[in-house]
Amino acid sequence: MEPIRLLEVDGTLRGDPPVDLDETRRLFTAMVTARAYDSKCNAMQVQGRLATYASFEGQEAAQIGSIAALRNDDWVVATYRDAAAMWFQGYLWANLLLGRMGDERGGAPPEDVNVLPPSITVGAHMIHAVGLGWAESLQGSDRIAMALFGDGATSEGDFHEAMNFAGVFSTPTVFLCQNNGFAISMPRQRQTAAEWLTNKAIGYGMPGVLVDGNDLFAMIGVTRDAVGRARAGDGPTFIEALTFRVGPHTTTDDAARYRSDDLVEEWRRRDPIDRVRLYLQRSGGWDEAWETELAESARGAIEEAVTAAESVDPFEPGAIFDRMYSTPTSAMDRQRAALRRDGGDD
Amino acid sequence: MTELNLAQAINSALDLALANDQRVVLLGEDIGVTGGVFRVTDGLYQRYGGDRVIDAPVAESGIVGAAFGMAIAGIRPIVEIQFLGFAYPAYDQIVSHVGRIRNRSNHRFSAPLVIRIPYGGGIGAAEHHSESSEAIFAHTPGIKVVVPSTPYDAKGMLLAAIADPDPVVFLEPIRLYRAVKQDVPDDEYLVPLGVATTVREGTAVSLFSYGSMVRESRRAAEALSGEGVSVEVIDLRSLAPLDEEAIVAAARRTGRAVVVTESPRTAGMASEVAAVVQERALYSLLAPVERVTGWDTVVPLKRTEHHHVPGLKRISAAVRRVMEA
Repeated sequence: MEPIRLLEVDGTLRGDPPVDLDETRRLFTAMVTARAYDSKCNAMQVQGRLATYASFEGQEAAQIGSIAALRNDDWVVATYRDAAAMWFQGYLWANLLLGRMGDERGGAPPEDVNVLPPSITVGAHMIHAVGLGWAESLQGSDRIAMALFGDGATSEGDFHEAMNFAGVFSTPTVFLCQNNGFAISMPRQRQTAAEWLTNKAIGYGMPGVLVDGNDLFAMIGVTRDAVGRARAGDGPTFIEALTFRVGPHTTTDDAARYRSDDLVEEWRRRDPIDRVRLYLQRSGGWDEAWETELAESARGAIEEAVTAAESVDPFEPGAIFDRMYSTPTSAMDRQRAALRRDGGDD
Repeated sequence: MTELNLAQAINSALDLALANDQRVVLLGEDIGVTGGVFRVTDGLYQRYGGDRVIDAPVAESGIVGAAFGMAIAGIRPIVEIQFLGFAYPAYDQIVSHVGRIRNRSNHRFSAPLVIRIPYGGGIGAAEHHSESSEAIFAHTPGIKVVVPSTPYDAKGMLLAAIADPDPVVFLEPIRLYRAVKQDVPDDEYLVPLGVATTVREGTAVSLFSYGSMVRESRRAAEALSGEGVSVEVIDLRSLAPLDEEAIVAAARRTGRAVVVTESPRTAGMASEVAAVVQERALYSLLAPVERVTGWDTVVPLKRTEHHHVPGLKRISAAVRRVMEA
């Protein structure tokens, strides 16, 4: 099976572009901004300013392109590797950073943003997207929900239950699988004997679409179709986006143990940002000064977010009890008093 | 007022919730057309339709996970799991997500759903149909765990659970579904969660229990009154949070405490109650705290189940021991 592709690696276009030049420039800027965030996080982790970080470098088109097909009020349920997608749907960089700094306020995006905090467990969150979209339908809304997950998550039992529920109840759900080649150390072949993950869709009575996940235009196109189906009440779609995680699984991982430099280099040549730059150059929508300026302002925006996140005062100790329930239970009150009495360890 | 058994009282609560709040939906296996394996949802599908009384595929994790998503987006789902022994596939959703989203998002998101689960033995059912693993849920942060023992409490506590802004695991004692009838108000009323109640006054010993063991404790108390022992019976009703004040007050009052559960003994609710009494009422005690529990065994099948689930004999023996201490 050939993945759907609209933009060749050299930037030439197959068919019509799904968006105009201005929108392409906006999405290019978003991808560059996301990569600036990714690079900043890796640096901050080394400096001890962030906990473990999971890089998404190489997956910018899959994330920015798919979100570009959503409406602002649609639901997104994503993972620890989907910061670019979450941000583009309205989650703040400062929230994402706070989460990695070890602060629960990172899980609280602005009120009008329908993006759940990143799922750390692999696989359990896809069914949440099913429930979110289902609830919208029950309440007469045409909001849809998109779940982002990786190839490893398709091995979890909850993947089956989510796909099955979505099919049976025809929920407005888009399942976006970023097949980035490896689940930590294990290649996709260790997750399934199926040739393509999209093969699974047929078992749940929904369309499965294979797409070049490093092609911004193809990502917009296939997600737009899936979102259209969901919003029209025609049910869920499964998308397998072929991409690659250029970095290690997380900052604690040594990817050299399980994959070759050659493979990484091969994928670097298919870089999703380079491809759009080449397209913009061919279309007269790019010049060096423009990119220099947008890269500078992207770094500035990330620095501002870092400053904002690092200047949030620590919680007072008792706050750990205040977050668990709407109103603290008697157990929370007693335990808060015990902590106050003895103090926590330094 | 209508005389209802516990299953009918729950049905009445669900009926009112569906009628009064369009956000309420029921989700579970065989709860619609058939009315549930215990017929607790009988008639509701016919009254409210398949969009609100939803027959789900056989997938407990999926049911709870979908309900969790629904709850975040403004629906008030009430899930039915057929038996506690079938709830374990859903436990990951409960411990990893349902009980955590409020904390994870610092109150930005919450999941007000109710998970109804029939539990407990004493009816000679097949394996997996008699579990009493409530301590696992009471040990899980971010949820409330409650167990009614009367039709009146069942209706009032379920309505309180539905109104609660946080997730509630609502355990229903299988053995008591049709054991007794009681006058139950037809209209909505709430029995607050987290509050124990004294179901029998007494002065010499406090018997603490919940769910199906309340009835066994009362039977023992009645029998022991014939021996001149005045036994108080406290229905804990809420396992998380535990009504520590009521436990401590009772233990201080009588000086003798016996805790009755049908769950495995180790790290169970009886241990928790005993620990609370020890921490806060030790100097009032006239005897060691006794635990009368199921054993750390799989619930035996019908032929030997009565050696596992506490009843009159074992509860009475424990009370006599604390009286003689």
